[in-house]
Amino acid sequence: MGAYMIRRFLLMILTLFGMSVLIFVMLRVVPGNIVDILFDSAGMVNPADKKRLEAELGLDKPIVQQYVTWITNMMKGDLGYSYVSEKPALDEILPRIPVTAKLAALALFFSVLFGVPLGVISAVRQNTGLDYFLRVVSLSGLSLPSFWLGLLILMAFVQYAGWIPIYSDAPRGFFHELFLLSIPAAAVGFRASALIMRLTRSSMLEVLRQDYIRTARAKGASANSVNYDHALRNAVLPVVTIIGIEAAFLIGGLIVTETVFNIPGVARFLVEAIRWRDYPIVQNLVMLIAVVTVVVNFIVDMAYVVLDPRIKYEG
Amino acid sequence: MKAIWYAAAALGLAVGVGDVATALAQKPGGTLRIYHRDTPASASLHEEATVSTQLPFMAIYNNLVVYDQQAKRNTMETIVPDLAKSWEWDATKTKLTFKLNDGVKWHDGKPFTSADVKCTFDLLLGKGKQRLRKNPRAIWHRNVEDVTVNGPLEATIVLKEPQPAYLTLLASGYTPIYPCHVSAADMRTKPVGTGPFKFVEFRGNEIIRLAKNPDYFKKGKPYVDMIEMRIIDNRSTRILAFQAGEFDMTFSQDITIPLLKDMEKQAPKAICETKPQYVHRNLIVNREAAPFDNPQIRKAMALAIDRKAFVDILTEGKGDIGGAMLPLPEGAWGMPPEELAKMAGYGGDVAANRAEGRKIMESLGYSAAKPLKVKISTRNIAIYRDPAVILIDQLKQIYMDGELEVVDTPLWHAKVARKDYQVGMNLTGVAVDDPDANMVENYACKSERNYTGYCNPEVEKLIEAQSKIVDVAERKKVVWKIEQILNDDLARPVIYHDRAATCWWPYVKGFVGHENSIYNNWRFEDVWLDK
Repeated sequence: MGAYMIRRFLLMILTLFGMSVLIFVMLRVVPGNIVDILFDSAGMVNPADKKRLEAELGLDKPIVQQYVTWITNMMKGDLGYSYVSEKPALDEILPRIPVTAKLAALALFFSVLFGVPLGVISAVRQNTGLDYFLRVVSLSGLSLPSFWLGLLILMAFVQYAGWIPIYSDAPRGFFHELFLLSIPAAAVGFRASALIMRLTRSSMLEVLRQDYIRTARAKGASANSVNYDHALRNAVLPVVTIIGIEAAFLIGGLIVTETVFNIPGVARFLVEAIRWRDYPIVQNLVMLIAVVTVVVNFIVDMAYVVLDPRIKYEG
Repeated sequence: MKAIWYAAAALGLAVGVGDVATALAQKPGGTLRIYHRDTPASASLHEEATVSTQLPFMAIYNNLVVYDQQAKRNTMETIVPDLAKSWEWDATKTKLTFKLNDGVKWHDGKPFTSADVKCTFDLLLGKGKQRLRKNPRAIWHRNVEDVTVNGPLEATIVLKEPQPAYLTLLASGYTPIYPCHVSAADMRTKPVGTGPFKFVEFRGNEIIRLAKNPDYFKKGKPYVDMIEMRIIDNRSTRILAFQAGEFDMTFSQDITIPLLKDMEKQAPKAICETKPQYVHRNLIVNREAAPFDNPQIRKAMALAIDRKAFVDILTEGKGDIGGAMLPLPEGAWGMPPEELAKMAGYGGDVAANRAEGRKIMESLGYSAAKPLKVKISTRNIAIYRDPAVILIDQLKQIYMDGELEVVDTPLWHAKVARKDYQVGMNLTGVAVDDPDANMVENYACKSERNYTGYCNPEVEKLIEAQSKIVDVAERKKVVWKIEQILNDDLARPVIYHDRAATCWWPYVKGFVGHENSIYNNWRFEDVWLDK
C-alpha cells in the first residue's frame, strides 16, 4: 500500500509537469496575445508600440526562457502580474477561489444528496410509476443545457418571484450566502445529480440481482438493511468514481452558471482571462485546477480501500 | 410703463424662485447602480477608444471645456467651461488661451495647475517623460505645436495652423486633463482626477465603484454618494436584473431595437430613449490586392448594396442611411437626401443599380455560372456577423459568391492591419460630431485608427482644408466632397448608422442622453435619485 501511494504520488507530479508544459504551449499556440487585444480595445495597431509593449511584458523572450521563469517563480510563490489589471496574479485569483469552491461544493452536495437516494429508490421500485417519473427527471437533467436552465431559473426567481437578487459581492453572513448560492448550485448540480442517479440505479439493479442479496433476504434481513447495508455499499463504488470525475467536470458547468448568475467566481474569471490571453492568470489557474483534479482522483483511489475492504493495492 | 416694469420684475422673481425650487428639489444621497456590459481594458481614457471605458470613468475627470451635460446635442454652442472658466482665441486663430478655475484639487489633495494641462498635452504629443502605452487619438492633436503656461492659472494651446473646430475635440469626454504627479501606469489602474467622483475600486469581471468627491470645485455637485457599476457580460442576465429593479440604469444603448419591445412589455415604467449611436456598420475593402484592386469590381460591389434592406432587417426600419458623417437630423454634417442620392449605391432603383453592377461583372468575365469567389471576414460577434450574412446574400445578385470568415474578435484589428482580408464587415464609432474627429481619425493617412491604411492625397488635402474653414456652409461643401470620394474609393463604405436605447427608471433624474455621441455624457454630476 505504501509503495503504491509513493508510486501514485510520483505519477501525480509527472502528470502536473506534463500539464504545465501543455498549458504553456497551448496558450501560445492560440493566435493573438495580450498586446493584440490591448490594441484592439483601442481600435488601433501600431507595430512599434506593440513591440515595445511585448518587450515590457517579457513576451519577446524565447518560449523556453518564459516557461522556466514561470515555473521557477511559481515554486517561490510568485505567480506574476495580471497583464490586464496590472495587479499580482495571486491577488486576482485568491479572492475568487472561495466563491467557486463554495458553489462547487454545494453543487456536489446537492447532486449526491438527490442523486444517490433517488437512484436507490428508482432501482428498488423498478418499473413503477415513480421509477418512470424519476427516469424522465434524470433524463431532462442530462439533456437541458445549464445556461438555458439557469436563465429559466433567473426569470422565475429574480424577475417574477423577486426572491433572490443577482449575486452581490458582499453577502450578509453565512446563511445569506448559502441562500444566494443555493439556486445556482442546484442549477449546476442538476446535471450531476441526474448522472449520479442513473448510475446508482443501474449499479443497484445489477447488485440487487446478485446471489448474496437473495441470501440476505432469505436470512430475513429487512428491506432497508438489504438495500442500504448490503446492496448500496457494493453498488456505490462506480458512483464514487463518477463523483470524483464530476468534481472536475463541475468547473466546466460552473463557467456557464457563474456567467448566467453573475457570480464572481474563478471559473468565469478564467474564461475572461483566456479571452484576454492573460497568460499569468490562465497558466496559474489551469495549474490549480489540474492540481485539484489530480488530488481529488488520488483521494478517490484511496477511498476505494475504505469503501471496499476487498481491494488491496499491490506494491 | 411702471406697470410693465412691475410685471417684468414679478416675472423675473417667479423665474428665479422657480430655479431655486428646481435646485432645491435635487435630493442628495443614494447609490446610482448601472450595469456594465464588459470589463474595460483600463481606466485610462486617453489609452482607450470604447464606451466601455468612457462610461464608467469619465466622471473621475474634468476637461478644460466640456459638452453641456444637460444639452441633448453636442455642438460648438453647447461647449461650456469645465476646468477652464473662460477661453479666448488670439487674432491669428492659432492661440487658444484658457483661464483656469482657482482652488481645484486632485482627488489626492494636490492642487491642480496649468502645469497639469501642459503635462497632459505633452503626454498626448509624446513629448513628456511619461509615455502612454497606446495613444489612439494622437491624430486629434496633430496641429498642436506646444502648450505654454502663464502662471498656475493660465494655459495656452499653440496651434500650427488655424483650426476653429479644435475646441470640439477638447470638449469630448475623450480629452480629460491628467495629473502630472501620477504615472501613466497608475492612471490605468488607480486613476486620479479632479472630477465629481473619486475612484474606489475596479475589479475586472465584477464591479467598478466610484464615490462622491466632497471637494468638487463645482459647489453642491454631485448629488449621488456613490456610483456602482456591476459588470455582467451576459445580456439576458443584466436585462433581467434591470427589469427586476436591481439596477437604476442600463449600459449605454444596450437595448437594441428588437429587445426594446420586450423591455417595454416587461418594464413598462422604465424610460427608454432610442438615439443614434454614431456607430456605423461599414465595409472595409482591401484595395491593394486582387480582385478589389480593380476599381470596376469595387464599383460593382457598391451598386449591389441595398442599404434599406439592412436597416429593415436589422433595425426594424429605425436605422439611418448616410455617409461617414452622422445623418440628419441629429448629425450636423450629414448629407441631405439629394446630395446622398448622387453617390453610387445610394440613389435610384436598387434593381437598376444591380443590373448595372451585373453588366460590369459580365464585362469582366463573371456570370451566375462563373461567380467571383469572395471571402467576407468579420468579428465573431452577432452585431458584426448578422450584417455580414445579409451582405453575402446581396453580393450574389452581382455574381459574387461570398464565404463568411469569422475572426476571433481580439485578432480583428491585427488581421485588418496586416491586410489579411478581401472584404470585411466592420463597425466604427465616432466620439465627436465634427469632421476634425471623424474624417481625421478614420481616413487621414497617418491616423493610428485608420487601420485599413486608406491614404488618398486628394482626401488628405481636403481634410486639412475643411479643418481651417470657419463658415459652416462652406465647410459642409468640402466635407460632402470628401464623402463623395470616400464612396467612390470604397473606403469603408457605410452601410447604415445604428440606433439603440438606454433605459432608466423614472426616479433617476438629471440624466440627459446625448443624441449625436455616446462618448461625452457620462459625467453624472447632475444626476440625482428621487427615491
